[in-house]
Amino acid sequence: MAKSIEAKNLNVYYGKFLAVSNVNFTVAPNSVTAFIGPSGCGKSTVLRTINRMHEVIAGATVQGKVLLDGEDIYDDGIDPVAVRRTIGMVFQRPNPFPTMSIYDNVAAGLKLQSGRTRKADLDGVVEKSLRSANLWAEVKDRLSKPGAGLSGGQQQRLCIARAIAVQPDVLLMDEPCSALDPISTMAIEDLIRQLKKDYTIVIVTHNMQQAARISERTAFFNLSATGQPGELVEMGETPKMFTTPTDKRTEDYISGAFG
Amino acid sequence: MADGDTATQPEGSTNGAAPARGGNPFVPRGVGGDGVGLDPTAPRALHANPSVVGSSQPLAISAGTPSDAPPVLGAGSASVGSPRGKVRIGDRIFLALTRGASGFVVLLVSLVAIFLVVKSLPSILDDKVNFFTSSEWSTTAGNLRFGIAPLLYTTVAISVLAMILAVPTAIGIALFITHYAPKRVARPVAYAIDLLAAIPSIIYGIWGAAVLAPHLAGVQRALYHLGGFPLFKDRNVPTGSLFDGGVVLAIMILPIVTAISRDVFERTPRENIEAALALGSTKWEMIRMAVLPYGRGGVISGAMLGLGRALGETIAVFLILSKVSNFSPSIFSGGETFASKIANSASEFSNPESTGAFIAAGLVLFVLTFVVNAAARMIVNRRKDFT
Repeated sequence: MAKSIEAKNLNVYYGKFLAVSNVNFTVAPNSVTAFIGPSGCGKSTVLRTINRMHEVIAGATVQGKVLLDGEDIYDDGIDPVAVRRTIGMVFQRPNPFPTMSIYDNVAAGLKLQSGRTRKADLDGVVEKSLRSANLWAEVKDRLSKPGAGLSGGQQQRLCIARAIAVQPDVLLMDEPCSALDPISTMAIEDLIRQLKKDYTIVIVTHNMQQAARISERTAFFNLSATGQPGELVEMGETPKMFTTPTDKRTEDYISGAFG
Repeated sequence: MADGDTATQPEGSTNGAAPARGGNPFVPRGVGGDGVGLDPTAPRALHANPSVVGSSQPLAISAGTPSDAPPVLGAGSASVGSPRGKVRIGDRIFLALTRGASGFVVLLVSLVAIFLVVKSLPSILDDKVNFFTSSEWSTTAGNLRFGIAPLLYTTVAISVLAMILAVPTAIGIALFITHYAPKRVARPVAYAIDLLAAIPSIIYGIWGAAVLAPHLAGVQRALYHLGGFPLFKDRNVPTGSLFDGGVVLAIMILPIVTAISRDVFERTPRENIEAALALGSTKWEMIRMAVLPYGRGGVISGAMLGLGRALGETIAVFLILSKVSNFSPSIFSGGETFASKIANSASEFSNPESTGAFIAAGLVLFVLTFVVNAAARMIVNRRKDFT
């Protein structure tokens, strides 16, 4: 289940351009870690290296290591597809498959993994995942309706249900609430607190209050100037990061001096 | 309305005339841009598509237009004709123009239908044998004996065969271009496919008859010797079988189906592709999960456009197919389609009676394409909540 993540000397390139340089951090299992920082500082890029999703973009490469419970996911023998099956991801914009029903959306990952699953088992997992995503009560009577017909907040919870249906070790969230209203955001934040029991969660957020509310540890990313690579400035316990950060840049960002 | 009609006739006729060069690579692409360019929030765009598509093949699919015109009209008049607010002269003119253009297309299709019915009805009533089931065809004035059964069979069989060969190939090419090939390979391949559409059908015809058909003889022999299957049974012509015709038609409709499929596959939302990949799908699983379902409607539209072209294709089929005296359902037999039959018999249009017989055949072709289009639309609409 929930695993630890460790990044070692991580450099991320888009073609020849060094987008993020020399990132090192560790994330404990069953914790919530927030990545904050100004736009373009590479926090989403780093997040996407954790499940090798950045490779989807042509020309993107990585140097360094990302260890999942000690195992390097960039090792030669490792299949990125297998990595993504154990590290789930939730995106900025809710992206349920528009051609699938609510049920099929949740079952999508499961069907990939196990080929033919017995219908009864599948029903069970779908229900459990939707319950875990606090969505079951709202959709249980319309599981065969299109997932795209739900509200934005419901769609995002549907995407979370889809991600956790395959029981990943880690859940990555790339600004999951930035397209949502405050009520839906609250629902997602509650959910994140519950999911911590079972998963290691890393969340990118632009909302510092959100980071303060839900995360145990916070990592602040920054870039010294446009065209320069982003870097991890500082990482620490969230309360400390928001009250007495070590680095001046963190303090400036937190206090609203820039960003 | 009458006012708008006359005012905008030139407009309407350009609309009707330009797409009539249905084979152009640019037509399907344009069509894809308008109609298939759906985004999930606007399912309407997709369903409006077959009619847009239809207008590019007047004979083949334009039958779909009338039923779709009202929503277009309605949308226009609802927003412009609302009682509140000032009516601007520009809006008025534009409304008149669009109304006129749509009305003109409806009028055109209706007139074609009326022409076909009026001209063919006397001959059909005079037919001494059953028009639908007979396989005789003799149009001597005063002793009309004609039936469309073999024509209908041949037309449908050859077109379906072309679809079976072309659609999977087109989907494969489109997927390769959009999701597998590197850009520097994808472009030339796409151009090459588009170029296929620019080749005149007479060239396909002569190439099919003189070059391809002899080469396909071996394939036919092989399939024939597999035996048993009724569609493969007879082999009563050396070359010029329905199989030959179907293969050439498949090549002819390939560009249209490919262009439209490519267009919809390209528009698969990035988020859906990433969602599938993030769940741990392989590339093929991602395509099955995100790209194909998303493009389904567009592919069907493209396939129907291709089918429309195949059903109505005349000169290539005319050159390739060998005529046979005894009808056989085998695809290795010869035959005549509606279009090639009519083209073949231009010399017999000497009196209204015999001409009427051929027009009756044309009428059936007209209805056939109508039915095909309606069926395609039903398939696309059935899951419209999910697009």
